[in-house]
Amino acid sequence: MNNYNALIIDHSRPGRRGYTLRNTEVDQIDLSEVFGSDLLRKESAELPEVSEPEVVRHFTNLSKKNFAVDEGMYPLGSCTMKYNPKINEEVAALAGFNNVHPLQPMSTVQGSLEVMYGLQNALKSISGMDQVSLLPSAGSQGELAGLMIIKAYLRENNQQYRNKIIIPDSSHGTNPASATMAGFETITIPSNENGTVDLQALKDAVGEDTAGFMLTNPNTLGLFETDILEIAEIVHGVGGLLYYDGANMNANLGITRPGDMGFDVLHYNLHKTFATPHGGGGPGSGPIGVKEKLVDFLPGHYIEKTDDGYTFSDNPKHTIGKVRSFHGNFGVMLKAYSYILSMGSDGLVSASQLAVLNANYLKESLKEDYVLPIKSVCKHEFVLSGLIEANGASTLDIAKRMMDYGYHPMTIYFPLIVEEAMMIEPTETETKETLDGFIIALKEIAEEAKTSPEKLKEAPISTLVRRLDEVTAARKPILTWK
Amino acid sequence: MHPYLAHTQEEIKEMLERIGLENIEDLFSDIPSEILFKEKLDFPVGKSELEIRDILYKLASENKSTLEYTSFLGGGAYDHYIPAIIPQLLLRQEFYTAYTPYQPEISQGTLQAIFEYQSMICELTGLQASNASLYDGATAAAEALFMAYEANKRKTFIINDTVNPETKKVIKTYLDFKGLSYVEAKSKDGLLDIDNLKEMLDSEVGAVLVQSPNYYGLVEDVEAIADLVHKNKSLLVQSADPISLGLFKTPGEIGADIAVGEGQVLGNTLNFGGPYLGYIACTKKLMRKLPGRIVGKTEDLDGKRGFVLTLQAREQHIRRERATSNITSNQALCALAANIYMAVMGKQGIQDVAKQCVDLSYYTAKALTANNNFKMKYNTPFFREFVIETPIKAADLLEKMLEKKFYAGIDLEPYTGSENELMIAVTEKMTKEKIDCFVKEMEACINE
Amino acid sequence: MVKEGLLYAKSHEWIEVDGKEGKVGISDYAQHLLGDIVFVELPEEDAEIDKEDSFGVVESVKAASDVYMPVTGKIIEINEELEDEPELLNKDAYKNFIMKIEILDESQLDDLLTKEQYEAYIETIEHE
Repeated sequence: MNNYNALIIDHSRPGRRGYTLRNTEVDQIDLSEVFGSDLLRKESAELPEVSEPEVVRHFTNLSKKNFAVDEGMYPLGSCTMKYNPKINEEVAALAGFNNVHPLQPMSTVQGSLEVMYGLQNALKSISGMDQVSLLPSAGSQGELAGLMIIKAYLRENNQQYRNKIIIPDSSHGTNPASATMAGFETITIPSNENGTVDLQALKDAVGEDTAGFMLTNPNTLGLFETDILEIAEIVHGVGGLLYYDGANMNANLGITRPGDMGFDVLHYNLHKTFATPHGGGGPGSGPIGVKEKLVDFLPGHYIEKTDDGYTFSDNPKHTIGKVRSFHGNFGVMLKAYSYILSMGSDGLVSASQLAVLNANYLKESLKEDYVLPIKSVCKHEFVLSGLIEANGASTLDIAKRMMDYGYHPMTIYFPLIVEEAMMIEPTETETKETLDGFIIALKEIAEEAKTSPEKLKEAPISTLVRRLDEVTAARKPILTWK
Repeated sequence: MHPYLAHTQEEIKEMLERIGLENIEDLFSDIPSEILFKEKLDFPVGKSELEIRDILYKLASENKSTLEYTSFLGGGAYDHYIPAIIPQLLLRQEFYTAYTPYQPEISQGTLQAIFEYQSMICELTGLQASNASLYDGATAAAEALFMAYEANKRKTFIINDTVNPETKKVIKTYLDFKGLSYVEAKSKDGLLDIDNLKEMLDSEVGAVLVQSPNYYGLVEDVEAIADLVHKNKSLLVQSADPISLGLFKTPGEIGADIAVGEGQVLGNTLNFGGPYLGYIACTKKLMRKLPGRIVGKTEDLDGKRGFVLTLQAREQHIRRERATSNITSNQALCALAANIYMAVMGKQGIQDVAKQCVDLSYYTAKALTANNNFKMKYNTPFFREFVIETPIKAADLLEKMLEKKFYAGIDLEPYTGSENELMIAVTEKMTKEKIDCFVKEMEACINE
Repeated sequence: MVKEGLLYAKSHEWIEVDGKEGKVGISDYAQHLLGDIVFVELPEEDAEIDKEDSFGVVESVKAASDVYMPVTGKIIEINEELEDEPELLNKDAYKNFIMKIEILDESQLDDLLTKEQYEAYIETIEHE
């Protein structure tokens, strides 16, 4: 159904319907009598009038217009598009988990609490932190909560004057955005020629106004910040705290722990490292972990095991306050827990090792055709800087051409410090054959750039739509079908 | 090797050779040895799929779900009917194993779905622009106030004191760290006291946020304050349950600038509190201040219709520290559930569901108060949820009802200070038979 | 292209002085750097903004750039055409001003660059 091109509203015909409800067998309330006509809607919302099979067919056909991990390699850097195990979906759909109200008494939710407790403990062990809150909805909200914790901690210690968060120029865009939302000013420091933190720049930037330093390790270039202990010393030395952005944790499982590197607070991305599906943009889950001195500031309860079973802890003494309703994205936590049970303490180490092996294998195989700005061993991802013989082909052209070869493109134009950046993260679940196919495709594209560059400029040609006009979309936004 | 991993020893060796290393551990040789983790992670080794099933099916059975117990719990999460097609369509791998649609040519499914979701949210709210979803209703309310701040730079906000307490907590956290604050407008007999609001409005007030139906289920006359708020050059934000919008005047009709709410009721399971979704919609004028992802319609090189993420210059990956919000991942799959729900229920279904909620909750209220053992706390119209005064402590009543396998409602003591107020929610899933049984058992509990 | 008769700021805004008033816009070099302009966030009329403070934002699909006051001034008119047709800045960055201001401190005009100075300045940043 490649040519399917209808909106759901196009199927609407007056009088059609796709649902049934039962007869309530109770008195019908006269709405205008009870509420008065002033409170009532004058005209119905123009939602579609469609039959059930039409809805099913519509969304099934829509789904076919997507590329997804179950179809092929999806090497988006910093997004960790690994395989989403099916057992996780099965258990997350169990009625005993799905049909639980968030305000039920503790005694009736013991199964869910045990899942959360198990996940909380596994995450503590993985990161080397002292306590974990599962509340935040996604990585960026975890980041926000973590920075709020830093701020609340400084306030409690009468150090409100510490209002600056330092961020390397290679950082994820969420870092400065979260810092602003938490009420900090940001200072961006340049990276050194190796792509890692410039210690001198960091030393120059820190001072008595330093609240903290945000870092992901390995960083967005896929490089391990080997000076991390010295970095921690510099930041702690002036009284600042160290924040770990967990987006790149897939390189570290059972190999290194942020808690052992000197980080004070961090977030995890369950939808990256712990294999929960991305759902076309969410839901994620972004738990945060903290060292002992920050436990009192967590955004809400964590899970405790008592003689009477599992329960929520009291609200932490100096809690920053809730960052979202209820207990977080439980359904996502459940999938991550199922994944951790399956991988186990041994399997997670293999996952990280193979993720790093896959990334280095690609890096070494592509460097003859693509510019490799930093040659050293990478971790779970690496960054190329366009073609060696570009012949006018941009990173965007390469990315678009990859679609014609059946691959989802890598992350492009990020990190900002690399020109024509192509950020590649294969993850551990791709086989050697798949990687070899990917290498051949990228080499062919490199060849095409030399011999028939129009193939790149015109790409993609095999997709349902070709390059789209984003300029008009932004100038004259059409956001609804009305 | 684990079943999710494919590498044979032979392959690992070949790959290492290409890299120029001998052992897989050499990939980590740059890491200072003092920070290499030398112990084992503190949990068991990997389990088989059979064992995982055993463990998690057992844990699921240890919960007492709303299938086993009869539930009258609401308070921001409601047990509505979910058509069978929703969970099945959500399991299409093309939807759930895709990432954010960064590459539109191969993401038209997700993009069109979001466009349809935006369209239907605008239909429900009577406003002109919606984003692709936020984390939940509470964060949507906080983000709406941030939008107001971006629009007029005023630093205080007024919210009605009957906003959902969970939402209040989140708003407080979000505002506090940004150096902003809110004050509560007092209610009278459960409804917003307009005179009180009048006194509170001044040139510092960036927006007034009113939840209607409010936390106690009461329907507010938001329209009555619209002029007042706008004359003060403040923005009006309505937090509205989307099902209720099947019946009640829309935020757009009322004159609200922004509408937000908890979208769980649109086809998403209770799931112990998440994942849900927050919807946010606004006037055309405020469109460029919306947080998060937005999809727009456009054309490709050949003039074929297509959809793209648009107005991206607002977002964190471009604006970094000056972005309207830090949100990145949203609740796309939950928004897809909401989208399918709105499509399959459609124009009539959303009204029917809302009407049945009214009929059944009014029936329950009438039956409960028939013998004067329970009294209505408020004598104003309500939607789906209402508060009764109980002759014994609500907490004791709840405990007794729990033994009879009922979740009889929410004890309001933490919010109102009264030990004798119980809040009861009734959706279209409830039957007359169950309600009659509930009323009988409630009566029995107080006579025990 | 740098137009004769205007004064320029290093942040790439121009001002065309007419007595105590001035038209303000962005230079051709700036519109070229930004690419297809999709939105111009205009300031509020009557606002007084200090020299070098941001008075608005010019957005392309993949970038958002603040625009800064060349001199301290009070906004007396905004070019509303840009609300619907931001692409006018791409078409002719000098004909299409962003706003008119009342110049509140004329001495600050001395700090701005002439055509020749601005051309030389672009030369230096191009070779960086």
